[in-house]
Amino acid sequence: MSAIALEAPRARGLALRRGIGRVLLFVLVGAALWGFWEGYRALWMREHWTWPFVVTDTAMPHIHSIFQALVEPARPGGVGPRLITILFHAALFTAKEAAAGFALGAILGFSLGVVLAHFTVLRRGFLPWVVASQTVPILVVAPMVVVWLNPRLPTQLKDWGAVAVIAAYLTFFPVTINTIRGLQSADRRAVELMRSYAAGEWSILWKLRVPAALPYIFAALKVSATASVVGAIIGELPSSIQDGLGGQIINYSQYYTIQPTGLWATNVIAAALGISFFLVVLLAEKLVVRRAPEHVA
Amino acid sequence: MSVVQIKEVTKQFGPTTALQSIDLEIEEREFVSLIGPSGCGKSTLLRIIGDLIQPTSGTALVNGKAARQGRIDRDYGIVFQDAVLYDWRTVAKNIALPLELARWGRKRRAAKVEEMVELVELGGFESHYPWQLSGGMQQRVAIARALSFDPALLLMDEPFGALDEMTRERLNIELLNIWEASGSTIVFVTHSIAEAVFLSTRVVVMSPRPGRIADVIPIDLPRPRSAVTREDPRFFELVTQVREALHLGHDTDRKAAAPA
Repeated sequence: MSAIALEAPRARGLALRRGIGRVLLFVLVGAALWGFWEGYRALWMREHWTWPFVVTDTAMPHIHSIFQALVEPARPGGVGPRLITILFHAALFTAKEAAAGFALGAILGFSLGVVLAHFTVLRRGFLPWVVASQTVPILVVAPMVVVWLNPRLPTQLKDWGAVAVIAAYLTFFPVTINTIRGLQSADRRAVELMRSYAAGEWSILWKLRVPAALPYIFAALKVSATASVVGAIIGELPSSIQDGLGGQIINYSQYYTIQPTGLWATNVIAAALGISFFLVVLLAEKLVVRRAPEHVA
Repeated sequence: MSVVQIKEVTKQFGPTTALQSIDLEIEEREFVSLIGPSGCGKSTLLRIIGDLIQPTSGTALVNGKAARQGRIDRDYGIVFQDAVLYDWRTVAKNIALPLELARWGRKRRAAKVEEMVELVELGGFESHYPWQLSGGMQQRVAIARALSFDPALLLMDEPFGALDEMTRERLNIELLNIWEASGSTIVFVTHSIAEAVFLSTRVVVMSPRPGRIADVIPIDLPRPRSAVTREDPRFFELVTQVREALHLGHDTDRKAAAPA
């Protein structure tokens, strides 16, 4: 018995070492990818290989020149703010849309999951349509949402509110699917146990089914977190929003042949935004979900 | 008054008769074991008493009320073969779960949890999570949880079936101590003849296809029972008696099946 109590601090030390190991591995793989990119570039350029495409400084800029472009002034000629400052503000704007969309989609997705898990008839009737909603390309949905919503939105929500709804459209689906699956994952005997305590459906939902579903829900939220960023960026395009990363992507696509590092740098920032959303969900999961170590992904 | 009254209970699962015309009365403070081979309906009978399933015909009364009312009044606690603890709750919070559902106040809950932790000898493990405990300790948490709201009746479905023999024998003695301390009535489903004889005031021997009561054997071993009880010649006599009753039930089953 006491052996179990003694093991706890050791397990914590082990977790720390594993955490450091993970970070090292992440850096190592990053360095390897960097090396692969630069090696590929050098080889193709030296041999003048043309398949699958001709490698030039425009097609594949140096990784270090991408990062260098970030800290240099955005406009050629060396005046005005640095590119990273511009992109940082754009990322903040997109983050606002994505966060609002993520929250909206997560709440909607969870609520829909609860309703569909509870009522078999509704689940059979609606689930195919929920699936169908995701087969519609987001590029088709986005302009419609903007046209429908924008005239109705109050000034504080103008434009970016519609983008948040587009992000929510991509967010809710995995949450709904995994909420249904998770709510149904509760042990049959755990349900009997709740009934033996004369617990009502509401108590069974909140004290048993939802906690049991949390690992499933968080798995979906991780997917949704990155999807909401993609949704926000795509949503900015038809709404002609210039303030976010979507606007910057359009901008730097137009100047790609002159300044390819601009688009690459924007991609790096967009990826960083997606990763930070993912990490926030991961952190929330660590704080909320209490499970046997082997159950935590 | 009887704590449990089963009258003419029959349970059909589709074409199979799980239980046929069961009559059984269990008095206050009794420790009754249901024993029999797989498919004899002993777990089904336990679930009917707990109103987790309903009989096809006949009645089940708990404390003189319909089983359903007994469940709603929280007249019984139940323990399964697996502890069925909630992974996301600590030991203390697992034990407090039924009390939360019964809307006990925070202070009253904490006091009761402390008392239960002491009863099952898990002091110091209150803030551990279930997966940090051994199987035997998990099962003790499950027992504490089932007893936390002082139910008149404790239903146990092979609670020690998944444990090793040593742990099982130790928990058997602990369970008897708990039973004597709490003053509850216990209905205990088991596969083990020795366990049934060691624990019970009466052993109900069941036979399968259709599930029915083959024999009821009163256990007159002296109390308190301990490791010494297992070496008592009377213990072996009773074990033999239960074993023979089990085989007799099994034989009639075979004979009944033969002409078909």
